[in-house]
Amino acid sequence: MRYIANTEVDRRAMLGAVGVSSLEELFNDIPKKVRDRYRPIGLPERSELETVRKVQKLAHFNAVWEQYTSFLGGGVYDHYIPRVVSYVTSRSEFSTAYTPYQPEMSQGTLTAMFEFQTLLCELTGMDVANSSMYDGATALAEAVLMAERIAKTDKVAVCRSLFPHYRQVLDTYCQAGGIEIVEVPYDHAGCYNADSLPTKISALVVQSPNTFGIIEEMNGLKERLGAALLIVAVNPISLGLIAPPGKAGADIVVGEGQPLGLSPSFGGPFLGLFACRKQYLRSMPGRIIGRTVDAQGEIAYTMTSQTREQHIRRGRATSNICTNSTLCALAAAVYLAGLGGHGLQELALLNLEKAHYLAERIGSLPGYSLAFSGPFFNEFVISIPGDPQSVCRQLARDKILVNNPSSLSELGVKQALSFAVTEQRTKEELDSLVNVLRDIT
Amino acid sequence: MKTIFDAKGKREGKVLPALDVPQQGLEKLIPHSLRRSRKPRIPALSEPELVRHYTRLSKLNYGVDDGLYPLGSCTMKYNPKVNEDLAQLPAFAGAHPLADEQLVQGSLALLHEASRFLCNIAGLSDITLQPAAGAHGELTGMFLFNRYFRERGESKRKRMLLPDSAHGTNPASATISGFSITQIPSGEDGMVDLVALRETLDETVAGIMLTVPNTLGIFEERILEITQMVHAAGGLCYFDGANLNAFLGRARPGDMGADAFHFNLHKTLSTPHGGGGPGSGPLAVSQCLVDFLPVPRITKDENGYHLDRNFPRSIGCMHSFYGNFGVILKAYAYILLLGDDGLHAVSDNAVLNANYLQERLKKTYRLPYDRLCKHEFVLSGEKLGRGITTFDIAKRLIDYGFYPPTVYFPLIVHEALMIEPTECEGKETLDRFIGVMEKIALEAKENPELLRAAPQHAPVQRLDQTRAARHPILTYPFDELPE
Repeated sequence: MRYIANTEVDRRAMLGAVGVSSLEELFNDIPKKVRDRYRPIGLPERSELETVRKVQKLAHFNAVWEQYTSFLGGGVYDHYIPRVVSYVTSRSEFSTAYTPYQPEMSQGTLTAMFEFQTLLCELTGMDVANSSMYDGATALAEAVLMAERIAKTDKVAVCRSLFPHYRQVLDTYCQAGGIEIVEVPYDHAGCYNADSLPTKISALVVQSPNTFGIIEEMNGLKERLGAALLIVAVNPISLGLIAPPGKAGADIVVGEGQPLGLSPSFGGPFLGLFACRKQYLRSMPGRIIGRTVDAQGEIAYTMTSQTREQHIRRGRATSNICTNSTLCALAAAVYLAGLGGHGLQELALLNLEKAHYLAERIGSLPGYSLAFSGPFFNEFVISIPGDPQSVCRQLARDKILVNNPSSLSELGVKQALSFAVTEQRTKEELDSLVNVLRDIT
Repeated sequence: MKTIFDAKGKREGKVLPALDVPQQGLEKLIPHSLRRSRKPRIPALSEPELVRHYTRLSKLNYGVDDGLYPLGSCTMKYNPKVNEDLAQLPAFAGAHPLADEQLVQGSLALLHEASRFLCNIAGLSDITLQPAAGAHGELTGMFLFNRYFRERGESKRKRMLLPDSAHGTNPASATISGFSITQIPSGEDGMVDLVALRETLDETVAGIMLTVPNTLGIFEERILEITQMVHAAGGLCYFDGANLNAFLGRARPGDMGADAFHFNLHKTLSTPHGGGGPGSGPLAVSQCLVDFLPVPRITKDENGYHLDRNFPRSIGCMHSFYGNFGVILKAYAYILLLGDDGLHAVSDNAVLNANYLQERLKKTYRLPYDRLCKHEFVLSGEKLGRGITTFDIAKRLIDYGFYPPTVYFPLIVHEALMIEPTECEGKETLDRFIGVMEKIALEAKENPELLRAAPQHAPVQRLDQTRAARHPILTYPFDELPE
């Protein structure tokens, strides 16, 4: 087997040193009954070439994405990824390292994660960030568990305009943890309607831009919450233009980091963003990197606040998370440092302008109009005259991909389609979508 | 430039495409109150600066490609390069998770077949690929246990049994899921004490979480008795799969009585760990838990593969989408590369390497549990004399260019050094490691300062952890004056 260095001669010598006569004997401590029941999968050993062919054959059953124009969004966006991102993440000193338990041999990962935490705090306006969670949905679920620990109330208010996949994961975690979810409705603008906020909640969860693409107004919201925490889910690209949630008093900010240089990859691996106020540091989940000095007084980085974590605190840890998404966080840091603050702003602006151009063009078609009046970023909902599922299918025939309308419909938005627009969509592609829609009608 | 934030000033150059639609202007599109007033302080680096910065950082790191990485319980094996390319195939990397099912039949077929392989390796009925890491698999398993007992009207079963050698994630996962922990002591032989187990089993027990082999690297020889006892008491058996490398291709958790078993694809099945993640922790389950598995599940009928949400007894969703597809793909390719013979060659060589190291090193270091081990074993760094600790030994190993073993775990061994060589290391490397470990033991007696001052040949020396904890600096101090 080509990933094994031992030769037959080595193995004989080693068996001799151990004092057993065969490899089988090394497994005698496993009950014979168990070993006898073993059944192989029925797979031959394959050469690299044969393996590549077999996997490529499966790849051929997927669409050839280059032939499609994508307006898919819902938390996963079709942004351009500069080549330098994969150059860095494919350096095996980063990719084949473990969790940085020995800081003296892990300064690369540790420095990069310290930078990542700083970038995330800059974007969100928060004081501290961890070095990643699994994905946006699990980051939100952990935020809600954290708020419950802090506020000691097992009820949480959640805006209905949350991504459905965030909500589904949150439902699972809350059900297991005995946390009740109270829904906050949205209004005609697509914004949350906080007129009747429930009392005795641990937190309010707001997403901005929300699942309809609408940017939420959060000024003054925190003041109305009393002891409850404000948890805000964000799209990191939008923060190039939108006020950081920290400014509106958010206590915890979470989000999906996929837009920051990660390919869609059928939903993973992604990057859970997690940042909060300094006062909640001890309650935070996840791994945190801090700056210190070494024996010679040189600046160096290390995992810190580990007494929160499972390997120290065990059953009383703030979370069970161990493995996270460090390499994805590295990608995000490289992506952001390649853009710079100004570049991020420009990128967000490109998304914003193109999305509004498309929205206005579609909105001018007879029977089509924006479903909500609130301000939006790079995704929007359009009320349409026909059956959305059938429009969706017709668009697909023209190799145009749009979000499945069923998730809108489940949120009570009938007869509508949503579109996400990134810097990758050209005017020609936008105009062509409008023309196809016109022909369908 | 020490960090990216040390780069001052604005770099020029065209990073983004020009706006090709009529400009409306930010002022018109987003109300002032919603806008950002200050640009985020993100430096813009030129591409050569960016590449040099991260290339320099990478050289301060140590990965499996640099050399031996004997971190116990972490299975730091070689990651085949071809798998990285396969994960980047545009058809897979470009697949949006919300694209129509018909456009992602290849991705679904891959997940479906990977599920079949993994169920087979686990010897269990069905699987969810959603968990993004081992601990996430544990959490999923605990949620399933919870639901199982609730549906049976046995909600009073709230106690989870854990051997004292368990990974920290086990009690954390159980507690989050609403279980209380009862610790089971290990016997003299390092295995679960059956008498203590029997005494604690009653109608309040939900189950047991076992690591097989345990974190001492010892296979629970009475595993069938343990699972039978727990089952007879009405409980369920959870197996932590961190140590699957010990019996891959030779035995199956399902045949040992597991009801749920999580894989760590980033350990056993060779996907790179990325300096902390991403990983993947698929959870395989026995028949009694299948109905509760997370949705969507990947099903197949005459029209192809489907993301099926129609399982009313499901616990719901555990992940934004379907799990870490890009990681699962690499593990799938690894299984294809190895085939059945390769799978058991993994455990054969992993166990042989560990036993060889154990046999040779026990002459110099104390071996608290002296018996056949599986893929890893635990030494104690105590009694080297002159106040030398395991911590010192680990730091001195760095000077010799090896990543140190896992230290101070499991908790039941004083001054633990947990060593897992994996199947990938050859005898030559192991002999070199043995030589260094012997030399360090000698240094501890003759020149202990060498150990206490170690590492001297690393990018940095020992870190001031107290300062890191007492005066946390968790982001770049922008306001700090340059030194």
